[in-house]
Amino acid sequence: MSDADPLLETEALTLRHGGVVALRDMNFAIRPGEIVTLVGPNGSGKSSFLRALAGALKPASGRIRRRAGLRLGYVPQSLAIDPTLPLSVDRFLRLAGERSRALRDAALARAGAQGLSDRRMSGLSGGQFQRALLAHALLRRPDLLLLDEPTQGLDQPGAASFYRLVAELRDELGCAVLMVSHDLHVVMSASDRVICLNGHVCCEGAPTVVAAAPEYRALFGMGTGGALALYRHEHDHDHDPGHDHSHDLDHDHDHGPGCGHDHGHDHDPGHDHGHGHGHGRAPAPLAAGKR
Amino acid sequence: MGFLDDFVVRAGLAGLGVAAAAGPLGCFVVWRRMAYFGDATAHAAMLGVALALAAEIPVFAGVLLVVLAAAAGIGAVSGRTYAADTLLGVAAHTSLAAGLVAMAFIPGARMDLTAWLFGDILAVSQGDLAAIWGGAAASLALLAWRWNGLLSSTLAPELAAAEGHDPRRERLILMLALALLVAAALKVVGALLITSLLVIPAAAARALAGSPEAMAVGAALVGALAAIGGLAASWEWDTPAGPSVVLCAAAILAAANVAAAVKRAAAGRAARD
Repeated sequence: MSDADPLLETEALTLRHGGVVALRDMNFAIRPGEIVTLVGPNGSGKSSFLRALAGALKPASGRIRRRAGLRLGYVPQSLAIDPTLPLSVDRFLRLAGERSRALRDAALARAGAQGLSDRRMSGLSGGQFQRALLAHALLRRPDLLLLDEPTQGLDQPGAASFYRLVAELRDELGCAVLMVSHDLHVVMSASDRVICLNGHVCCEGAPTVVAAAPEYRALFGMGTGGALALYRHEHDHDHDPGHDHSHDLDHDHDHGPGCGHDHGHDHDPGHDHGHGHGHGRAPAPLAAGKR
Repeated sequence: MGFLDDFVVRAGLAGLGVAAAAGPLGCFVVWRRMAYFGDATAHAAMLGVALALAAEIPVFAGVLLVVLAAAAGIGAVSGRTYAADTLLGVAAHTSLAAGLVAMAFIPGARMDLTAWLFGDILAVSQGDLAAIWGGAAASLALLAWRWNGLLSSTLAPELAAAEGHDPRRERLILMLALALLVAAALKVVGALLITSLLVIPAAAARALAGSPEAMAVGAALVGALAAIGGLAASWEWDTPAGPSVVLCAAAILAAANVAAAVKRAAAGRAARD
């Protein structure tokens, strides 16, 4: 098996969440060393997709193929640790199966949470907690890191520094990274690909590097070190002839009815606005996106 | 075995055996917020007793089977139409009522009703003692064997799944350990009070423990202390033995919380100084 073989591949993967289809017919592959960012509105199936890849959610149909012996490092969006469970950060890291305290401390330091070993998990701040989860994932020596909204609750410099850390980790470990971002437009600049989901693949492309455009730099301020980038959603597909509307590519943002999300973008005046703004409840698109 | 001829010695050993397994298992009951689930399954034990007496099979086996079936049944229907606590409330009281009605059909069983409901630790025979220790040891062995998987699944089912544990399998193992313990503890504290031996020692240990393992060991020690203390109190003041053990555990819980508060206050003073 060569390095160009995908680490993990999905074929017509359909996921259900509470009886509702969260993601339909997802075809996806990620190769060693690749960084892929998933964006999309709430309820678009991003987290479900990650959970399915991690093995925590059974597919309704379709297949997930993992390369033999694939090691996953999964950082869930949140973790409700019952306060009645007394758990130090170090004991939590030990659950990853690493017996050496020195290696556990090193992983914690690498994740940017040095010296937190003896703190209680329930007493950590959001950012510290996230880094403890990342350290736990690193101890798995992952071939593929799955990060679910890792920058949630971080400000822009915080997100930028987290993205720089992820890029460094990718280079050090040679692992691939699949990350869900809660921000539709601002993504990690080192992403090789950005995939916009809304129950299906809406569009896919490369991020526009912020550093290249001075006006964007001004927008994001200094100090983010080029770790952030914009993603331009360019949807070239129509979902339903009955709801056809033009896709103006000069638009930052343009969606078919199944892809609508509240970002104040202009639809055609004649377009029925009743469609596409209810996240996850939009009428099922008839055609999957052609890419 | 002259030593085991003394009913007080047998009672003490029975209490210690149950406490050793109930402590660690009770930690999972507390961490996973399963206290009501424990009640529902323990109450089903009454039905198990009735069926065992009717079918003339050992009570331990009858209780084990019915409790397992109840646990599986509750697990299968939970999260549907009703909230979990409603469902567990229905299951707990229905199974208790069904057990009481079934007992009425069995000649002579009515006489022993109090013993099944509240335990009869002072009447533990050598055979009972073997069943109690066997059940408790099996329950404890299951927990020890699956400790990391159980802890991972309790903490974060999704993370556990990503690491190759199967949270549903871990849950089944916990059910089995619980059923074994209920069957073992029935004679000691009775169907109505079993959950107290799970929850109270674990809660007491929580006040002072710094790690999951320390809490498990602490809960077993608290349970053991409560068993000995309760039996001594029962001997001294002629109170019912099972309830005395439970009250003793509750007293330790209160004392542990006072101790923890004092410790925190002292730490606060040290930090200010």
